Amino acid sequence: MQYPSKLIEDAVTEISRLPGIGKKTALRLALHLLKEEESTTGSLSEALINLRQKTKYCKMCHVISDSEDCTCQSIRKDGSIICVVEDTPDVIAIQNTSQFYGYFHVLGGIISPIEGIGPNELHIDSLIDRVKNSDGEIKEVILALSTTMEGDTTCFYIAKKLKPFNVKITTIARGIPIGGELEYTDEITLGRSIVQRLRYDLEGD
Amino acid sequence: MHLENLYLANFKNYKEANIDFSKYVNALVGNNGSGKTNLLDAIHFLSMTKSAFNSMDSQSILHNQPFYSIIGKFHQLEKEIAVSNSLTVGKRKKISVDKNPINKAADLIGRFPTVLIAPSDHELISAGGETRRRFIDSIISQFNKTYLIQLIDYNHALKQRNRLLKQFSESGKIDRDILEPYDSILLSLGNNICNMRASFCKKYLSKIVKHYAFLADEKETIGLLYHSSFLQDNYKDVYLTSLQKDIILQRTNIGIHKDDYIFEMDGYPLKKFGSQGQQKSFLIALKLAQFDIIQQEKGFKPILLMDDIFDKLDDHRIQKLTEMIEHHEFGQVFITDARPERTHHFLKKLNIEWKIIAVDNGNLTPQKAS
Ligand SMILES: Nc1ncnc2c1ncn2[C@@H]1O[C@H](COP(=O)(O)OP(=O)(O)OP(=O)(O)O)[C@@H](O)[C@H]1O
Ligand SMILES: [Mg+2]
Ligand SMILES: [Zn+2]
Repeated sequence: MQYPSKLIEDAVTEISRLPGIGKKTALRLALHLLKEEESTTGSLSEALINLRQKTKYCKMCHVISDSEDCTCQSIRKDGSIICVVEDTPDVIAIQNTSQFYGYFHVLGGIISPIEGIGPNELHIDSLIDRVKNSDGEIKEVILALSTTMEGDTTCFYIAKKLKPFNVKITTIARGIPIGGELEYTDEITLGRSIVQRLRYDLEGD
Repeated sequence: MHLENLYLANFKNYKEANIDFSKYVNALVGNNGSGKTNLLDAIHFLSMTKSAFNSMDSQSILHNQPFYSIIGKFHQLEKEIAVSNSLTVGKRKKISVDKNPINKAADLIGRFPTVLIAPSDHELISAGGETRRRFIDSIISQFNKTYLIQLIDYNHALKQRNRLLKQFSESGKIDRDILEPYDSILLSLGNNICNMRASFCKKYLSKIVKHYAFLADEKETIGLLYHSSFLQDNYKDVYLTSLQKDIILQRTNIGIHKDDYIFEMDGYPLKKFGSQGQQKSFLIALKLAQFDIIQQEKGFKPILLMDDIFDKLDDHRIQKLTEMIEHHEFGQVFITDARPERTHHFLKKLNIEWKIIAVDNGNLTPQKAS
């Protein structure tokens, strides 16, 4: 693509590095900013720089927060259970269910050698330390990772590392979505749901 | 199941084309380079999501154009189903069935099955194991979706493991705990795939033998040997003890990605000891047996695509194929030929509905029909 100026070209190059944004969209955004008040671009840049420089991650669970001390600790929580997730959006999703009252542990990704992500790139050691140093207070670790091969591999790896400690390891259930119809469920999910079927108990029995 | 209509835009040498087909025999005639094979390939795209000849999708876009589009209207179970396959430069290929997007190849492959007989089939005998693996995989995948999904997963795990081996080899550090999940995936999926391949080969061989005997009127014994390290009882140990070697070579040396299939005639490799004629008969038998198996497994006939079949076969074998067509052993058939008079001569004798379509530089014109 030909650009009218070097400045626009630089801006387009940078903006189009963002996921989901191609060169054309980037050019449209850059030209849009030029049309707006200068202050608009000023506040955008400031917000972005602040985002990058001032964002803190909780030292313990690696959730994004405003301070390095775990804000999770200030709320009353069940300290015997940790839910391991890939990233911050997963924390928000699980919090929104109002079904989980324990602590979180954000890995920052999942193991995938072809993408250059191994255990050392993730917060796995700190998870092991958390369990080790809790002196038996942590009783259960829930692995709430994607149901992909990479997710499964990461579960396996973590489970292996946690084996020496006396802690129960669980994974989130996989199966038919609520309100979903059997005939439209894909074969793998359906197959797994049959294999890992649940006992059906009548209340009071 | 048959293809009623095909619409092409910017596909290979077709600027734009729209054509109705016969439910039975369709003959595509035209000079060398006119676009006959390209048309068969368009049908292959609709069936298998991709080209039968070229793995680079973008090379199927008409030169200097921004996209290609293929839309086929299939007739299946009294319904018309539109399948579309299109690609815009720099974007992901889009496939849909009746406007519903298909995101995984496994969700399309097998729904509109085809069998292709082409001059390049000879590579099945002469080329390396990968060609034969791909061929057998594409047959099983058309009727066994579990097989296809497990194969895709196996190849993904293999890629991950090979990358790990590379990292281990470069860093000199081995972490068995990350290797283990991949090993267990490769061993268990590999074992399933190996079993499915072995049982497929048994069924397949009996059908090849039947067709060979019919085509060749000869009495050579045909063999199809399946070779896999996973057929051994101790395949797990063989796989696991290869680790040191795997790390040095930075790739996985044992597994079903190394399998091969050996074609035999009277106990000797067909590649070395089969005559030209025997090899030709064998290749056609291979394809007709593929047709039988897909028909048997799916409960309906796949579309048969025969490219330059008259150039390859002598009168005797052509006569045999004619008998099969006349006995309605096939469903919809596409035949290409660069020599119109030869095709016409062939069709005239055929007591079944046919249609000739002239192909000229990417233009399609319906001609005679019976
Ligand atoms: N992406 C493309 N854009 C334009 N033309 C293309 C493209 N890909 C292939 N072609 C052209 O299509 C022609 C080949 O067509 P095809 O292989 O279908 O011929 P054919 O009719 O089968 O000939 P033959 O009788 O020799 O087998 C060639 O001229 C080739 O240059
Ligand atoms: Mg051709
Ligand atoms: Zn925290």
